[in-house]
Amino acid sequence: MAASYFDVDGTLVGTNLVHPTVFYLLNQSTPFATFKKVGRALLKAPQMAAAELADRRVFNELLFSSYAGMSEDRLVILADEVFEKVMRPSMFRTAIELIQKSRDAGHEIVLVSGSLDLLLRLLADHVGGATIIGNRLEMKDGVATGKLLAPVIAGPEKARVIRDHARANGHDLDDCFAFSDSYSDVPMLSVVGHPAAVNPDKRLALLAKAYSWPTFRLEAS
Amino acid sequence: MNHPSVVTLERGSRPRVLFAGDRLVEVDLPAGTRCIYPKPPLQPLKNVDAAIRYAINHPLGTEPLYAKLRPGMKVTIALDDISLPLPPMKRPDVRERVLHVVLEQLADHGVEDIEIIIATSVHRRMKGHEIRHMVGDKVFDEYYPDRLYNHDAEDSANMVEVGSTELGEVVELNRRAVESDLVIYVNLNFVPMDGGHKSVAVGLCGYKSLKAHHNPKVMRNCHSYMDPAASGLATSVERMGKIANQHLKVFTIETTINNRMFDRPLEFLSKNEDDLNATEWRLLKALVATTARLPQPARQAIFDKFPSPFGVTGVVAGETEAVHQKTLEKCFEQYMVPIEGQADVLVAGIPFISPYNVHAFLNPLLVQVLAQGYLFNMYRGAPLVKKGGTLIITHPCTDKFDHEQHAPYVDFVHRLLPETRDAMELHKRYESKFAENPAFIQMYREGHAYHPAHPFFMWYWGEAGRQHLGKVIVVGADNEYIPKLLGYETAPNMEEALYRAKGGANRSLDITLLHTPPIVMGDVTVRGGGSAG
Repeated sequence: MAASYFDVDGTLVGTNLVHPTVFYLLNQSTPFATFKKVGRALLKAPQMAAAELADRRVFNELLFSSYAGMSEDRLVILADEVFEKVMRPSMFRTAIELIQKSRDAGHEIVLVSGSLDLLLRLLADHVGGATIIGNRLEMKDGVATGKLLAPVIAGPEKARVIRDHARANGHDLDDCFAFSDSYSDVPMLSVVGHPAAVNPDKRLALLAKAYSWPTFRLEAS
Repeated sequence: MNHPSVVTLERGSRPRVLFAGDRLVEVDLPAGTRCIYPKPPLQPLKNVDAAIRYAINHPLGTEPLYAKLRPGMKVTIALDDISLPLPPMKRPDVRERVLHVVLEQLADHGVEDIEIIIATSVHRRMKGHEIRHMVGDKVFDEYYPDRLYNHDAEDSANMVEVGSTELGEVVELNRRAVESDLVIYVNLNFVPMDGGHKSVAVGLCGYKSLKAHHNPKVMRNCHSYMDPAASGLATSVERMGKIANQHLKVFTIETTINNRMFDRPLEFLSKNEDDLNATEWRLLKALVATTARLPQPARQAIFDKFPSPFGVTGVVAGETEAVHQKTLEKCFEQYMVPIEGQADVLVAGIPFISPYNVHAFLNPLLVQVLAQGYLFNMYRGAPLVKKGGTLIITHPCTDKFDHEQHAPYVDFVHRLLPETRDAMELHKRYESKFAENPAFIQMYREGHAYHPAHPFFMWYWGEAGRQHLGKVIVVGADNEYIPKLLGYETAPNMEEALYRAKGGANRSLDITLLHTPPIVMGDVTVRGGGSAG
């Protein structure tokens, strides 16, 4: 048996990691808390922009530090709303069909994303079931510390977790597929026998052409 | 006495000019070489629209189209795709003309629920501008994209099994067509393997149905696939088509065209080089020199730019089998040249275009399709070349693929062919897994790529030729790797290729040159009345 590994943001849904975070920040328990959270996040924006270009892992860590102080209960309760209002409407029109074709081919469906696991779980249910490998917030006394538990899922780390997952589940990586939109996911794409570029950014599109990787677009709903 | 299209070379004959992809090359062939040229184009119909009206009002084996129509009924019109004719024909395409007449009649009878499906089967989806070229502005603007669209063989919700043959061949077709009160199929019969039951039973089917006949076992049993009466492929498709027609009410409209592939001033490309006047010969020499110097994209752009001035030679409508019988007669009338005896060596230039690379580069797998597939199969009776004989082709065999249209071909050529060239082995070990590759399926459904099963079919297309031929020698290859992958020998020039065809023996060879394009077929008889399979 093989697996199909899907990046999520930009690959299956039109949103990125920032969109759900903004939703969380704008929906704090009081207007003052919202104001404070958004203000702090804005202060970090230039740093995040620089990190996005340099190191995806640092970007993720900076972004998720905005969650510091949010209660676990609130995160879970709001997750349904984030999914319904942010992720689901942004899902690409034929993303579910692509996943279904992979399932029809007998593949295990695995979502590998920098998104939070609690959101990925909802997405997995929506697409008819999938294994999830996502980022997890560290909690202390039921409150997010703003740090991520290791391993932080980003860039080359995705390749490592895919390798581990395939080994643990008896998948031959040569038979496995990976789908992503981003050049930062080249390690993840390179580790499988069947990489595919979905809605690729410019650098990934060039690379995919050079290596004859299948390349296609999933259109917005 | 030879047919006028068959010419024997003499000592003083001019060199022959053959296609080598999108180049033209001069080759010297020995005196005594038999050259088969295309017949002159048949006279086109003077009034095509009148012929269409006559055909649908005087159909064969069924009532006229108007008698089948009633207000409120659901009608699906299916059309052949971009794989025919080659190159695409000058506007108006005959399908546009048929559509105008048919849609007018449907409107006159109050039929409003009309959808037009391009019967692509597992071919690539046609692009908007290509569909516009084929159906014309009026139909395109009125119907595209909601009521004029490409068939999707992977849309499982919209495919339906209507039955299976006594041999277990599953007939799965497009749901819209199956659920229509009437299916009108508008065909353009380019070669004798097109049309008939193939139109609906292949054009609107999916992989489940295709694998019943697009496999090496059936393809080995085609002698040739351009002669439906001797084609295992045509027999299987006919069985499935009969099942389809039991469930669908099909009104078939078939059209034939002549072989006027090249417009002025290039018309002379189909003529005997010795018959060219001084101006034409100089122009031909200039073309050889120009195509040798121009970069590949420029050469492709030139050939892409000029649609062909094909003339319509026939329109027949009615019941599928009765219609197709007439169509085949017209096809054979245009293409068939009587040939006595088989050759030791068949020489053929590989052109720039095949049914599967319109507006794209002819990649190595398609070189194989043209060589051991289409060109080898251009016969009725017996192959043009003896069993165990040699096929010599001219082509650079460049390792280049169109990344959009032929994405699955790259994997097939570079991952699978190094494992094995054995079609049976490829079929058994790799085909089903490859055919369900989700990335390639997505490219087929949403992009413009051929289905992942298609490269396998293309390899099987050459299977009868592979079984029959002793060797294939390619002249002018720009690399050694691709010919080796395809199982070909290479030679730097024709003289060397002919020397190798002798296999070191000191003997004279019977050499036949198939001077194509345009299309020509050999009606081959072998001394003693039999045919040497």
